[in-house]
Order: sequence, then C-alpha cells, then structure tokens
Amino acid sequence: MTVTEAPAAARTTAAPVRRGRGTFRTRVLVPYAMLAPGILLFVAFMAAPIFYTLYLSFQKTKVSGLGLGSGARTAVFAGIDNYVATLTNTEFGASVGRVLLYGFILIPLMLGLALLFALLLDSKRTRAAGFSRTAIFLPYAVPAVISSLLWGFLYLPAVSPFYFVFDKLGWDVPSLLSSGGVTFAIANIALWGGVGFNMIVMYTSLKSVPSDIYEAAKLDGASEVQIALRIKIPIIAPAIVMTALFSMVATLQVFAEPTTLRPLTNSLSTSWSPLMLVYRDAFTRDDIYSAAATSIVIALVTFAFSFLFLRVVQKRAFGQED
Amino acid sequence: MRTSIRVGAVAMATAATLLMSGCSANTGGGDDGPVELNYWAWAPNLEQVVDIWNEENPDIQVTVQKQDGGDPAITKLLTAIKAGSGAPDLIQAEYQKIPTLVSSDALADLSEYGAGDIEDSFADGVWDSVTLGSDAIYAIPQDSGPMMFFYRADIFDQLGLTVPTTWDEYAEVARAVHAADPAKYLGTFSSNDAGWFTGMAQQAGASWWGIDGESWSVDIADTPTETVAGYWGGLVEEGVIDNKPMYTPEWNAGLNNGQQVGWLSAVWAPGVLGGNAADTAGLWKAAPMPQWDADAPATGNWGGSSTAVTTQSTHQEAATKFATWLNTDEEAVQALVTTSGIYPADAAQAKAALTAPPEFFSNQPDFYDVAAEVADTVSPFTYGPNVNVAYSAYNDEFAKAADAKTKSAFLDAVDAMQKITTDDMKKSGFTVK
Repeated sequence: MTVTEAPAAARTTAAPVRRGRGTFRTRVLVPYAMLAPGILLFVAFMAAPIFYTLYLSFQKTKVSGLGLGSGARTAVFAGIDNYVATLTNTEFGASVGRVLLYGFILIPLMLGLALLFALLLDSKRTRAAGFSRTAIFLPYAVPAVISSLLWGFLYLPAVSPFYFVFDKLGWDVPSLLSSGGVTFAIANIALWGGVGFNMIVMYTSLKSVPSDIYEAAKLDGASEVQIALRIKIPIIAPAIVMTALFSMVATLQVFAEPTTLRPLTNSLSTSWSPLMLVYRDAFTRDDIYSAAATSIVIALVTFAFSFLFLRVVQKRAFGQED
Repeated sequence: MRTSIRVGAVAMATAATLLMSGCSANTGGGDDGPVELNYWAWAPNLEQVVDIWNEENPDIQVTVQKQDGGDPAITKLLTAIKAGSGAPDLIQAEYQKIPTLVSSDALADLSEYGAGDIEDSFADGVWDSVTLGSDAIYAIPQDSGPMMFFYRADIFDQLGLTVPTTWDEYAEVARAVHAADPAKYLGTFSSNDAGWFTGMAQQAGASWWGIDGESWSVDIADTPTETVAGYWGGLVEEGVIDNKPMYTPEWNAGLNNGQQVGWLSAVWAPGVLGGNAADTAGLWKAAPMPQWDADAPATGNWGGSSTAVTTQSTHQEAATKFATWLNTDEEAVQALVTTSGIYPADAAQAKAALTAPPEFFSNQPDFYDVAAEVADTVSPFTYGPNVNVAYSAYNDEFAKAADAKTKSAFLDAVDAMQKITTDDMKKSGFTVK
C-alpha cells in the first residue's frame, strides 16, 4: 500500500519552492543524519539477515569420515542444490497445498464476517455500538499462542465443556483435532482472532465516508441494505482489498496456531505449514542451509502472490480514485 | 495468523545475538589464583551441590550458569563452538545429544584425564552412551531414566488383575481393562515422545546406530524395533490401547481420573504423576517393565543426562576432576538426590542415597529397590550423530500411524524412519553402510 502512495506523497513534498539558502551540509547531510537511525536499523535487522540467509542458502554441510572429532564437519558451497531439494520436496508441496486449503476456508469467512460486522456497526440502528466494537476486536489482543492453547483445551473432548454438553445431550460429535477436522480447527482460531482486526480497518474506512452521500441516497428512496450494497461496499473496496492482501500473506505464513496445537494431536505433522517446515529443518534437524533456501522460496512466492493479486484487483478497486 | 513469524529473519537475528553474547563470556583463570570453571546446567538447585565442591576445593572454583533446558543449552553451545569462543568449561548434556556434540567437535575426550577409572560405577548401557562404543570418553554419566511400569494398584485389585511380567500378559491386561470399562486404557501409544519409543526399542535389543570402522550403520528397521512397533500397532488396531499423545491436558485428566490405568515410564515418573494427577497419591505402584524374554530381564532408558567438558575449556583436567566428583562422590550424589531430585547413574551411590520412597509412592516402601534392580538391566544402545532427525521423523511418521490405527502403518513408520535418518546422513556426507 505504501508503495502505491509514495509517488503521490513525493510529488507534494518535492514541489515546494527551493529556498536557496543553507549550505551543502544542511541541505544534504542533515536529512541523511536524521534518516541514519532508520537506515542503520534497517540494514542491521532486515537487509543483513536477508543477505546472510541468501548466503546460507547456497551452502551445505560436508562430513568426512565418521563425523566425530575436530574438523569433521565443514560448510561447503552447494550451488543450487538446496533450492532443487526444496522445490522437489514433496513435504514442501504438501504443506503449500494445506495452507492454500486453509486460506480458502479462512479468508472468505473472515473478511465476510468482518465486513458484515463493520456494516452493522455503521448502521444507524445499532445499539451499544461501542461495546460491540470492543467485544469483536478484543480477541485480536490475545496472542496467537495463547488463543491456540485456549482453543486446544476446548477441542480436546476429555476436557472441553462443549463436549461435556454434547455428551449430556447424547450427541456423538467427532473431535475437531482428527485428521479431517484439524484444518477447520486452525482456521477457527485464526478467524476468532482475525475478524476484529479486519472489522476495525473496514469500519474506520466506512467512518470516513461523508454522510451526505447516504442522505442523498435516502432521499432517492434507498433502503439501508441497498445503501450498504450499492454505496458503502464499493466505496470501501480499497480497504477490503488491503485486508485481503494482508490475510493472504498471513495465511502463507501461518505458524503459531498449528505449532501450538501439534502436541495435542496425531493429525498435525512437523511440516504442516511451510514455515513449520523451515523451523523444523533449521532448529530440529539442524540443517540451517536448506531451511534458508526454503525461506527464500517462501518469500519469493509470497511476493509474487501479492504482486499478482494487486495487479488483478487494483484497476477495479482503485480505478475510481483517479 | 497475525503473529506469524518470519523465521529466516528471526533466526538470523537470534544467531547474531548469540554470537555477540557468546563473545562476552569469559572462560577466565590465569596462571595465578584459583582455576575458574563455568558450568552450563539446568538441573534444579545444582548450584547448592556445587557449593560443597567450592568450599572443599579453593583451587578450582565452579560457577553454575543456569540454562533453560536441554535443547536451548545445546543450541547455544553449538553456536559458541562455531564462533570459536564463548563456550563454558562444563555442560549438562543429555545422552542422546552426545554424538551430535562430538560430531561438532564440542566435547573433549576425558580418557586422557583418567575418567576411565570410574567405568565400573555405571551400568554398561549408560557407559556406552558416553563412549559411543569407542575408546574415548566424552562425558561422565549423571542421572539415568531406567524405564518401569507404573500402574493403579487400586484399579488392578478391583478388577482382579495381576501385574504383567511379559508383553503377552500386558496385552491380556490391556484387553481386560478396556473390556471392563471402554473409557479406560492400560496405556497410550504416544507419537509425541520419541525418547519413550526409543527406550522400548532399546529394551527389545535395538541399537539404532553403530560404528564399523570408518562408517556408520543405521539399524532402525531391524527385528527389535519392528517387533515393538508391530506389537503396539496391533494393540492400537485392536482398540485396547489408546492412540492419543502423552502430556496433553486430556492425558493429564485421564491420569487423574483413572481412565489411564497404567503408564510405561521411567524412574522419574513420581514427579510427573505428582504434578499431573495429584488426586491419585498413594494409589500407584511401580513394577519392572513387562519383558520380551522373562529369563533375560531388560529395560531401556528414557531421559537422563551427563556432565561433559567442552573442547574450548582451557582447564580440561580440572573440569574432569570436578565432573568425576559431582557424579561419583558419596556426598555429592547424596546432595544431587536430595536437592536436585535426580536418579543418579552411579548405581552403588544411588542405592546408598535413595532410602525412602518418593512422597507420591509412600505406599511402596521398596520403590527404590525395584528401581535399582531395574537400573541394573539397562540394555546397551548407541546413539548416532543425527538423533534429532530420527526423533522428528518418529513424531511425523508415528503420528500418521497412530492416526491410521493399523499394524501395517506402524511397520511402515519404522521403514520411513530408517529411510529419513539414512538419507539425512548420506546427504551430509557420512559413510553409511
């Protein structure tokens, strides 16, 4: 988003008159001095690790003899071996498939609910809007690991109050942590945590719409539903596109929920999602090199996805702005 | 979703932090004054045991630097070794981590400092874990986790069951327990606990790695492990053994409310039971593991750790002296038992130090006699340089098998473990037979 806005911002700030005063030092050095902390932090914590990851992804371990004792393990140049291994790894393909399915379940539901809540809160007849808004937003404040632990308890039939009730009613409800239900179990946690955030983004966007547009529509005889469908949704389309993009990126990077639920069930493997695979390779299997290659591939795929998505929807969503 | 981690960046940042903090640590100790040793360990209250040493040995002063646990301490050590500085003199290392550490050239060979003299204090199986079957000695054994069978004595009485001494009897008892109440199980097959399954394979005579000249062998898909996997697969398929992982809220509840009637665990089980099933104090009893061959009783190890000296230490001899004292001296072992609550690997000292049963097992005065008898029968087992890979393969493959609930899936999981472990070694350049 910032990328698309930057040129506009640059135009407005660059335009003002050059004062002509001030030496080279104040005109050139001062801005850079002010930028320095940001640049330094960026280089130290973003650029350097990225380049180091890139460097690692072209290395591999080489063991000689039994691999015991000094000098038995060295890092050697691997060429593109790690990338070939990542791209031909069936576990990686399977993990991408699983998060895609997870995304197909989660994103429409999450954005649909967020939009519905945002429109309801924005409608004139809503009571206790402030309370409802906070209540819907609150789950977002719970860290994903904590919410996964909480939901994990609720999913386990032996300790779940829900299953206690089902049992009393004589219903035989299958466990959501079984292999068929686990994707829904994870999507549900993300849904619970994510609706509030997306709702707030959409709601804020709705609030910035001038109300005379609604009044005009009302005078023309439009109902609340018609106003919502014909006016509100098209106007906040850019916000919806933005939340969709963020959600897609987050989906590809899902990690905390399945990792927290994994010890509770047989149906989540250590390579359930692409990032879990990276984590396992780097820290469980002690193979930082192939983990680095996989991370690079994931980053590139995420980038490509986001770019394609924006290309496709940008014209429709942002077209009316120009 | 929103807190998803950019693993690459975080990993690198962590590594960078570790490198920086590693450089500031100092191994200390010049020619003058006492030798100063740093000791990374996570056993509770270990510093109190070390204080005894420090008082008696003004020339060699040891400082315990508390670690978060087995895995993080080892990761930190490996980073320090790669960086070339920052490692401590001594480290608490779990047995299955030793080959990985030796492979990264992190551990000093203690045989030149006379560590071989104490070989007889330990069971063969335990000693094997610190020598890797070679002439070198990479650590001094500290505690061990000989596996035992824990059962609810009250429920056994109620159902008129006798304690199983063989695996055939165990299967019969499992059927009887489940038939009496379909909610009850004699145990569960846990795909989460690779160490648990390794211990049971060890009991059956498995040794998953081996050294032959200049090459390694991987023998996971071999008769003993296949027997164990097939046995459990059969019980899970029959439905008389639960297939849910251990250490879940559900499993804890099951221990506490009597749905889990037994637990194949290790000598440290009383601590876990006391924490997770507090309502059942005094209702459990410990017995030796059920046997494959009743005439040749054996058991495996689940857990346990050793004291190792790092290659970066400039005072390896002094460190060896301390490690030997800590794990074989009468006063030290007694202190380890009472203040750190461990089960010492030194069998003779263990017997002297462990007189009263653990509080949770106050109904069984001979608890530690049973334990001592069992600890004597630990089978030898060689860990390899990629235990981490084999264990993570266990988690994934046996999770699939436990989910499928068929005996054939359990046997397939053994083959998959063998393949993943061997492939990983070959990929790194090991010679594997």
